[in-house]
Amino acid sequence: MKLLDSLRVRIAGLFRRSELNTDMDEEVASHIQLRADDLERSGVSRAEAARQARIEFGGQERYKEEIHKALGGGTFLETFLSDVRFSIRLLRKSPGFAVVAIATLALAIGANALVFAVLNALILRPLNLPNEKSLYAIENRGGSGYQSYPDYEDLRDRNHSFQSLAAYSITQAGLDTGKDPAPVWVYETSGNYFDALGIQPFLGRLLHASDEHGPNSAPYIVLSYGYWHNHFQDDSSVVGRTVQLNKHPFTILGVTPPRFHGTLLFFSPEIYVPIVDHQQLAGAEELSQRHRRWVFELLGHLKPGVTRDQAIADLNSIASYLEKAYPQDDGDTDFTLARPGLYGNFLGRPIEAFLAGLMLLAALILLAACANLGTLFAARAADRAREISVRIALGSSRNRIIRQLLTEATLISLAGGTAGLLGSIALLRRLSVWQPFPRFPIHVPVTPDATVYVVALLLALVSGILFGIVPVRQVLRTNPHEVIKSGSTVTVGRRITARDILLAVQIAICAVLVTSSLVAVRGLAHSLRSNFGFDPENAVLVEAELSMAGYNGPDAAAMQKRMLDNLAGVPGVQSAGFASNTPLNMDGTIMAVFPDQETDLRASNAAAKGYLYNISPGYLQAAGTTLLVGRDFSWHDDAKAPRVAIVNQEFARRVFGSVTDAPGRYFKLQDGTRIQVVGVVENGKYLNLAEDQKSALFLSILQEPTSQTWLVVRSNSDPQQLVAAIRDKLHSLDAGLPLYIEPWTSALQGVLFPSRMATLSLGVLGVMGAMLSITGIFGLAAYSVSKRLRELGIRIALGARPQEVVRAALARPFKLLVFGSVAGLILGLLATRVLAAIVYQATPRDPVVMAGVVLAMALLGLVATWIPAHRALRVDPLILLRDE
Amino acid sequence: MPDQAQLLPGTLDLLILKAVSLGPLHGYGVLLRIAQISGETLLIEQGALYPALFRLFRQGLLKATWGTSENNRRAKYYELTAAGRKRLREETEGWNRLAGAIASALAAQPEEA
Repeated sequence: MKLLDSLRVRIAGLFRRSELNTDMDEEVASHIQLRADDLERSGVSRAEAARQARIEFGGQERYKEEIHKALGGGTFLETFLSDVRFSIRLLRKSPGFAVVAIATLALAIGANALVFAVLNALILRPLNLPNEKSLYAIENRGGSGYQSYPDYEDLRDRNHSFQSLAAYSITQAGLDTGKDPAPVWVYETSGNYFDALGIQPFLGRLLHASDEHGPNSAPYIVLSYGYWHNHFQDDSSVVGRTVQLNKHPFTILGVTPPRFHGTLLFFSPEIYVPIVDHQQLAGAEELSQRHRRWVFELLGHLKPGVTRDQAIADLNSIASYLEKAYPQDDGDTDFTLARPGLYGNFLGRPIEAFLAGLMLLAALILLAACANLGTLFAARAADRAREISVRIALGSSRNRIIRQLLTEATLISLAGGTAGLLGSIALLRRLSVWQPFPRFPIHVPVTPDATVYVVALLLALVSGILFGIVPVRQVLRTNPHEVIKSGSTVTVGRRITARDILLAVQIAICAVLVTSSLVAVRGLAHSLRSNFGFDPENAVLVEAELSMAGYNGPDAAAMQKRMLDNLAGVPGVQSAGFASNTPLNMDGTIMAVFPDQETDLRASNAAAKGYLYNISPGYLQAAGTTLLVGRDFSWHDDAKAPRVAIVNQEFARRVFGSVTDAPGRYFKLQDGTRIQVVGVVENGKYLNLAEDQKSALFLSILQEPTSQTWLVVRSNSDPQQLVAAIRDKLHSLDAGLPLYIEPWTSALQGVLFPSRMATLSLGVLGVMGAMLSITGIFGLAAYSVSKRLRELGIRIALGARPQEVVRAALARPFKLLVFGSVAGLILGLLATRVLAAIVYQATPRDPVVMAGVVLAMALLGLVATWIPAHRALRVDPLILLRDE
Repeated sequence: MPDQAQLLPGTLDLLILKAVSLGPLHGYGVLLRIAQISGETLLIEQGALYPALFRLFRQGLLKATWGTSENNRRAKYYELTAAGRKRLREETEGWNRLAGAIASALAAQPEEA
């Protein structure tokens, strides 16, 4: 209260100042009048009397200032405001300095705000649910959270720790709302899911535990806000409407609130379906099977007063009960608790580590920026040494000057901080609406909140004060007489100053960043040119999960053949085929294979583990996969024919020792099935681009029927038109078929995503590093030139040649640049090994990268020293000597 | 000009309070009154008076009203407040004690030491 009062009085005092000034002016005028009257009586003329009275009174302004001081009010705020006005005037006089300083800080603060906002959103308040502190997910000791449904029921009913234990699972289902049926992403939730989390409906009602009455008993769905908004255009009459889900009727109950995106970060469902309807969604009866662990995660709030350790002990007493009661299904069960949102420690750990690394990098950038600004400010203070000396000589207090310098620093840090924050907010907005993979409902929910703003502005202010302090020592040591007498003093200081070290470290950091970004760019270029083992150009992928449209078993196989036959009739189509799965679609099934003579089919005896693809005849041609030896499958390789396989080179080399000998040989699957190899295809990439060469085997889909269908259509016509034509053609077969159609090149975006992201973020960091080294070197070069301006002038007057002048002025910044770059290059060589995991063929020993870094650093040095060098060369000794 | 004495720090306030205690005065009048009661020994730089006047006013020792002077000029008149009278009494006593002490100190003879 006291503080507020005094603030109020001070602000009021500010407004009263003009009133007070008038009063003071009047009083002074009256005094002078009275004195003049007296003088006039003693015989001088009125005009002379008035003049003399004014002289006798003394310096009016000075006394007025003293009166203000005597009154004590408002002085701090007033001097602050006048400092601000003065600082703005000064900064406008040197726009170059202001722009460089503000831009440097904006970059650093922007990067930090961005990383911190992501950290804040993902780790500090992941799901943004009420009472998130007591919300825990059950995790198996091994790291995953999968449980079977009967185990969930036991955990739910037997625990004493959770208020309400909910379960959910993620799946895809075909949703037909009457127009263009499409696959949607579904959370299968337990009835108590929304109540356990405390989610209120946005519209209609949500599911409750009372809706469940055993398997397939609750034909209700809840829409997410996003799905309702996009597909029903905010139509509130959808509540109560019946839609078809995998050809089963379901009634829409309601809509979840806009802020709720499910309980797995990044992965927001489009609809919610009761988990008891699992059979209708998955086509398999799994609710009663204790060994089928398909329920994705169990979670709930702990009861008040129950600690995490107590809850874990409680869960493990249930675990020992389960082990005893169901030794074959639940042997060796061990539970722990983890934070939901990032799927416990499974995703959480690596993401935390990645973000911590980014944060460290961002902090380094901030440090580099501060060092930079310190140098800039020191250079500026050196330039202003004369002005400051004059001010001190005229009686300005050192405190006042330091205060003004700090005000200037604060202004710059606020401007830079605000600019950086605004930039990062704009980027974050883009990031949170961005969907990196069109096929998956993945988004990054990073909306900055008050914490982010406060942290960013605090960082800006702290760095402002840090670099603002740099020139203070200089001011305190300023001896006005010396400076004015002799010009700026050339202090022969220590050989290596803290500033030099900071700059060298900073250049090293920047060189690391430049190295990493070049490595990443090279890696991306490599991965774009690498051989995938198929040709995504001019091919279109159609994903159709036939079980969503009610086709299972033989129906599915018949439908697949009909689809293929119909596609052949689409104009422009050259070849088509289908498979259970395609390479590089982020979903790989691995199959262990054994030598034909092996009888002990334990996993440890496997000859190879290969990625498994069930393909139709013609698939290889449509996919553009080259058959090296042997033959493709034919329509006769069906269930009645002997089992056959096509393998890749790596498989043939590992299992048979040679590619050309492979056709005709046999291998075994774990269940003992003997399979004959009929062909060998080229190697390719299967799960991601950075993988080592993997084995792969292709089985005839006619012998391994599945409803999961990926059609590959190769054509010579425009992909967009082809997509539409394919959709029409397939819907003419069955209008209820949920289809996902896109060119194969765009479907591959997901695989390229990690290397693209790494390239992008490292590229951005590299550019930032480059800009920071420019400003840093520029600051130091400008500083050393302006400090030695006089000396340089004399050298020129004595006939020094330009090279000598430049060498004298810039030798030190240049040495630091070389030293820092070499250190950075070496560090970069070490650090970029880490990159190899993400970026395909990332090697910093690439001569192009080495040359690139050296060239980049040399260019940076050239750019940064250009202006100071110019200034050094253009020194006119006459002007300089006259001036001093 | 007669001999002028250097004003000791802090004594200006006391002199102003004393001058005003003899009757309401405007600023110029305060100067004249101080000159008169000090036997023209203490002269104050004219402008320097005002910061002191404003300070005493702010401390609530003086009150001020705009009025008209004997020769019909508008002027601001200062008067002592109750607090001002109390302060004058205290400061006068303090000053007398100090002056007495210094006087007796300066009058000391060698044998008394």
